[in-house]
Amino acid sequence: MTTFEQIQEIIVDQLDKEESEVQLETNFRDELEADSLDLFQIINDIEDEFDIKIESEEGLNTVKDLVDYVEKQVEAQ
Amino acid sequence: MKTFGVTIQSTGRYVPDNEVYNETLTQWMDTSDEWIRKRTGIRKRHLSIGEDTSDLCIRASQDALSKQDIDVSQIGLIIVATMTPDSLSPSVASKVQSAINARNAVAFDLSAACSGFIYGLSAAEKMLRHMAYPYALVIGGEVMSKTLDWNDRSTSVLFGDGAGALVIKKRPDADAFIAEDLHTDGEKGEALVSGEQAVKSPVCAADEKSGFLTMDGRAIFNFVTKSIPKSISHVLASGETEPNEVDFYLLHQANARIIEIVAKKLYLSKNKFPMNIENYGNTSAASLPILLDEMVENGKVVLGSGQKIVLSAFGGGLTWGTLLIKV
Repeated sequence: MTTFEQIQEIIVDQLDKEESEVQLETNFRDELEADSLDLFQIINDIEDEFDIKIESEEGLNTVKDLVDYVEKQVEAQ
Repeated sequence: MKTFGVTIQSTGRYVPDNEVYNETLTQWMDTSDEWIRKRTGIRKRHLSIGEDTSDLCIRASQDALSKQDIDVSQIGLIIVATMTPDSLSPSVASKVQSAINARNAVAFDLSAACSGFIYGLSAAEKMLRHMAYPYALVIGGEVMSKTLDWNDRSTSVLFGDGAGALVIKKRPDADAFIAEDLHTDGEKGEALVSGEQAVKSPVCAADEKSGFLTMDGRAIFNFVTKSIPKSISHVLASGETEPNEVDFYLLHQANARIIEIVAKKLYLSKNKFPMNIENYGNTSAASLPILLDEMVENGKVVLGSGQKIVLSAFGGGLTWGTLLIKV
């Protein structure tokens, strides 16, 4: 699975959405109605899945933001 | 040496009459009923008009004592778990002792934020076994409204005022306390701060502190969702109890969403996780005894029936703890 696909699966699961609703350009808060607690859960699951630490959810607004952040962290390790 | 068991004899509660719905808060700050409900499950909370923590604790104690017609001269111990005492001296427990005329009781407050009731109950049952008198009174009471920054919508909408009380009794033939799992992690203490006092005196310039409650929501969320399922599992294992043998999981009523997440992580139905946060908000150390008293009042928990109950709380410190009891 690609990083995007793994993240997509986590978001689909947490927010109970369809895969088609969760694309790279999708904005969590505006399009998926995710609130801060939803984001905390998603971030926790991503941290566990990729064994990384996400310091802050600031600047993480779209799925692509998450994918880029995760890939950068994983590469740095 | 004869060893004694300790059982739960009675429960009680008291909350201020004044109910404040989410709509009212919108008059004081930029928030909405929908926002608060969705994130927390809270619909209203009780806010004290003039009653301090000792007043609530005294009323809750009287409620618990009256239900079982307990002789107050036989109470040997009073512990009040609170993070919002009237004063640091005299303690709230001293005031309760005086008000209910429990002349033989040793009384003190216990400070462990939202975990206070669990810590207090754990301490009380151990002390009571070795004390001369048969009863102990364990109270969780808060006037959180005193410590909140009412200009900070991220915290002030979450909390409420109230008190709950438990009377426990030492006896030779039964024991309610099966297993426990208590923890503290002071390294993360800055995640939830309240009541800071400045160091100042003629030898030291004022270092001003607001004293307001502040909270790192994300850090608390992570802490609870990671630590509590583990703590509950641990207590069940050491209590040699299967998850489905537990009748109810009573969690500290901090946030409905977080409680649902804990239930999900334990693969348990949320029906086993009763909640009353919609009516009270987060009453810190009072939340568990208030919930337990309501469960007894509505017949879902029957004292003396042998039902197994998990009590679990978490909060500032950071502190957390779980008890497995048989009522």
